[in-house]
Amino acid sequence: MAKFNKKGKKDVPAMSTASLPDIVFMILFFFMVSTSMRQTDRLVTVKVPEATEIAKLERKDLAAYIYVGTPIPSRQAQFGTDARIQLNDAFKTVNDIRDFIAAERETKSEVDRQFMTVSIKADENVRMGIVTDIKQELRRTSALKIMYNARKADTQFGN
Amino acid sequence: MARPVKEINAGSMADIAFLLLIFFLMVTTMDIESGLQRRLPPMPDENQKQDDIQVNRRNILVVRLNDSDGLLAGGEMMNVTMLKDKAKEFLLNPANDVSLPEKEEKIIEGFGPFQVSKGVISLQNTRGTSYKAYIEVQNELVKAVNEIRDDFAMVNFGKKYIALDEDRQRIVRDAIPQNISEAEPKDTGRKR
Repeated sequence: MAKFNKKGKKDVPAMSTASLPDIVFMILFFFMVSTSMRQTDRLVTVKVPEATEIAKLERKDLAAYIYVGTPIPSRQAQFGTDARIQLNDAFKTVNDIRDFIAAERETKSEVDRQFMTVSIKADENVRMGIVTDIKQELRRTSALKIMYNARKADTQFGN
Repeated sequence: MARPVKEINAGSMADIAFLLLIFFLMVTTMDIESGLQRRLPPMPDENQKQDDIQVNRRNILVVRLNDSDGLLAGGEMMNVTMLKDKAKEFLLNPANDVSLPEKEEKIIEGFGPFQVSKGVISLQNTRGTSYKAYIEVQNELVKAVNEIRDDFAMVNFGKKYIALDEDRQRIVRDAIPQNISEAEPKDTGRKR
């Protein structure tokens, strides 16, 4: 085993880092393609309920988001711990949904307006009262396509 | 001018790429938008008479959720895990029971006549129902419909619903409609 006894005789050449940028760029492009820009700062904590029969939203760009949940701890002094509605970057009430939907519609192109989906991201602990109010307001503004946001549950009961 | 150009040092390229990478990691999100898609009924016209849609009693399965998330389906208290079978039995009506929804023969384009169930599941909730329980129930109802659709697709096309092409999916959708009605809130808590 003389082969292994020649310790330190030969200098190992320095590892070439020339391909490092390529690798990092590859990761960069992966993230650029697979992620989307964060639109709003979340002011409410939302843990969406679990469901198994979920469908993916086809056109993410045609979605309007309504967040419902308890305000984040740093805002609780001002807004309390009761469930609140967040539209864009501010706390709003049910009455503001009408204007919000109208503004969202304006941002979509004419042909796509009918496909606009309102995605309701509500915390699993909110009461249905506030969700019902939102639903009624959406019906009034005839934004009828909605989605209850849910995350994929582990299917532990078969199928 | 024939002087050879010195090679540019590309050693900092990795640093620049890392900077960009970290920037994108910070400002983007990767969460996929998924959930239960629903179509709300349009707001009824104020001048319109309220009682114009009379649905036969046997064609409605009333599913109610109360303040403490108790579930009542078709007049029975039950656990949410039992709801799927109840809904499937209601929608399929295999024995043509008179207390279960009637079927109507419809000509489905590209398939032929089929006995389409006229059953409607009406989901009612109170203001105090928790959202979690509500979604759970919605999910069970969708699951019931999806399983029936899968069975139908298996029998007729030998594939699951999701694996069918667009046209056949439409046939399955026509044959087994997803009639889950979101009741008017004023109906909630009212005795029927």
